[in-house]
Amino acid sequence: MSDEPQTIALGPTAADNPAAGIDQSSGNFSYDMKYEFDAGSGLNERTVEYISSVKKEAAWLREFRLNALKTFQAKPLPTHWATRDLENINFDKIRYYLSSGQKPKRTWDEVPEDIKRTFERLGIPEQERKFLAGVEAQFDSEAAYSNIKETVAKQGVIFVNSTEALREHPEIFRKWFGKVIPTSDNKFSALNSAVFSGGSFIYVPPGIKVSHPLQAYFRINAENFGQFERTLIIVDEGSEVTYMEGCTAPKFSTATLHSAVVELVALKGAKIQYITVQNWANNVFNLVTKRGLAHEEAEIKWIDCNIGSRLTMKYPGVVLKGRKSRGEVLSIALANDGQHQDTGAKMVHAADETSSNIIAKSISVGQGRSTYRGVVHIPRHLKGCKNNTECDALLINTNSRTDTYPAITVRGDRHAVQHEASVSKVSEEQIFYMKQRGLTEGQAMSLSVNGFINDLARQFPMEYSVELKRLIDLEMEGSVG
Amino acid sequence: MSLLEINDLHVAIGEKPIVRGVTLAIRSGEVHAVMGPNGAGKSTLAKAVAGHPDYAITGGDVLLDGRSILDMEPDERARAGLFLAFQYPSEIPGVSIANFLRAALQARLGDGEELDASAYYRRLYEKMDMLKIDRKFTSRSVNDGFSGGEKKRCEILQMAMIEPKFALMDETDSGLDIDALKIVAEGAERLRGPGLGMLLITHYQRLLNYIVPDFVHVMHEGRIVKSGDKSLALELDAKGYDWVKKDLVPA
Repeated sequence: MSDEPQTIALGPTAADNPAAGIDQSSGNFSYDMKYEFDAGSGLNERTVEYISSVKKEAAWLREFRLNALKTFQAKPLPTHWATRDLENINFDKIRYYLSSGQKPKRTWDEVPEDIKRTFERLGIPEQERKFLAGVEAQFDSEAAYSNIKETVAKQGVIFVNSTEALREHPEIFRKWFGKVIPTSDNKFSALNSAVFSGGSFIYVPPGIKVSHPLQAYFRINAENFGQFERTLIIVDEGSEVTYMEGCTAPKFSTATLHSAVVELVALKGAKIQYITVQNWANNVFNLVTKRGLAHEEAEIKWIDCNIGSRLTMKYPGVVLKGRKSRGEVLSIALANDGQHQDTGAKMVHAADETSSNIIAKSISVGQGRSTYRGVVHIPRHLKGCKNNTECDALLINTNSRTDTYPAITVRGDRHAVQHEASVSKVSEEQIFYMKQRGLTEGQAMSLSVNGFINDLARQFPMEYSVELKRLIDLEMEGSVG
Repeated sequence: MSLLEINDLHVAIGEKPIVRGVTLAIRSGEVHAVMGPNGAGKSTLAKAVAGHPDYAITGGDVLLDGRSILDMEPDERARAGLFLAFQYPSEIPGVSIANFLRAALQARLGDGEELDASAYYRRLYEKMDMLKIDRKFTSRSVNDGFSGGEKKRCEILQMAMIEPKFALMDETDSGLDIDALKIVAEGAERLRGPGLGMLLITHYQRLLNYIVPDFVHVMHEGRIVKSGDKSLALELDAKGYDWVKKDLVPA
């Protein structure tokens, strides 16, 4: 940690603009943004105080952030179980807060042309861009675009970014904020708690089935700029919501850190489905903490697809607090050359007759490495709990590596637990077979991979499974020498 | 009218020579059968022509309409009109036959051209009706958990949809009981026509009861040791391969 005073730049010059002068060759696109607020690089109390003051936050939140900073500084990197690659994160070189200073936009027409152009370059199809008219999209650390479809608003649903939520709905925000994932959960949840900015806040009142999936797009657009969004979703009794999060980031030459915290609260009988399709650039450290709290007869389902990044560590979890609550994680990870996907799930059974289901599929290509890490905990005093865990790994070429660490702790004899794991390979014979039918090597591998994840991808909303297929096609094309 | 020429082809697996100088010319509309005992090099010949990476061409040439295909990737050869019906077709879990064939046909279109989905399905169902294949078949994953007979029918269906110029059918009869053999062979016979040249590789004569070849070649120790018409197959069946080994091995 640097103790040097930080330079705080208000109103940037060209020299301050981190996106200026970057080679914008194909695939590496970035547009000059005017950052009105900038916390400089490096992290200390002044950075945290700066963020809090720019956001005009209440004293309790400033205290919360400063305490979190202390926790972050005190906690060691978890390299006793995780990869030592974490040591390559230079926390002093990261920029912790940038804002384009724009207020969230209400209609698509008001969205700046630059941003629209970026969506276009990311290949988001026309229909989907139209679909974005009903979404919240995060652009850098503030939502650049925010619009709730009228029908959703009429249902009394609150869907705003976290800054706005703190300002306009502090009582409900504060009640649940940091309760599912405490600051001290891990080093990166502490980091996020200190510097978070952006992310979504959703509250669904009792008895409402939200008719449209709510959606947010996140991306990183400044070199060395870490993104620390904070999402909190509270679904009241008997209500249902689906939230979709898609991340695509332009490629930059130096490592970038993305460290989000997502907390879900499903009250009695509520259902939450949280869907993520992420495609980070090869230099991004993606260290995300996601957890849901399921009350009685509630259901929380995480659908999590991780493509790209240098290192992803993410284990979406559900704490099954109420009787007969259900938790599910469906996870797809693709590790290409130079990438490590360390993903999995956590299921903490804390009530009778709770059930959890984990299906994880990983694909390792070339030198890519994927790791499944799971925790299932069923204590002795409970009865009638169920868990099913399935981990399937697909290896494409002999250099790829896959590891599975399924820690399933079941005490007592009144539970039902199943675990299955498989490792398969795309063989040369299979590739030759497909090439003999006229497919190129890239198309053949792409088809194999899509087949491997097909039973999971079918459970996704249509536009997401189409996008996932497109991402896999691109990854496979790129992996053929 | 197309022409597939195999000229003095030599093929090795690793250091071991397997095919040792095979010459064969197949024209559109012709059906050639290559017979021979196990280890004669029949399947190696077919896979080498299709471009399997484990098989090294150590001499000779393969020409499609006068142009050598040896510098082409297997998928380029396929798109140029070569089809190999596999002895042991690979399984592709999670990929339906309909999607697989669609991808194969799409790969034959130019950039920006999109396969017409409804025309595709119409044609697929036509071919399936012709081959007496249940429509439910297309939603199953390619060869995944198929019986021997289903795998071979799947190969014939792919051949019908892709409409190659030349089909190399590698031991299509192996592992089939007589009923399955009949269904598969009749399917292949239906695809016979002036636009298709076929090379049937078989160990037994029985396949040739259903697909009567125009030419029969006997292969032994990597060479074609005798060629003739369909009566050669019958003679071979009556006398056994020992006859070939004793009398036909060239000096």
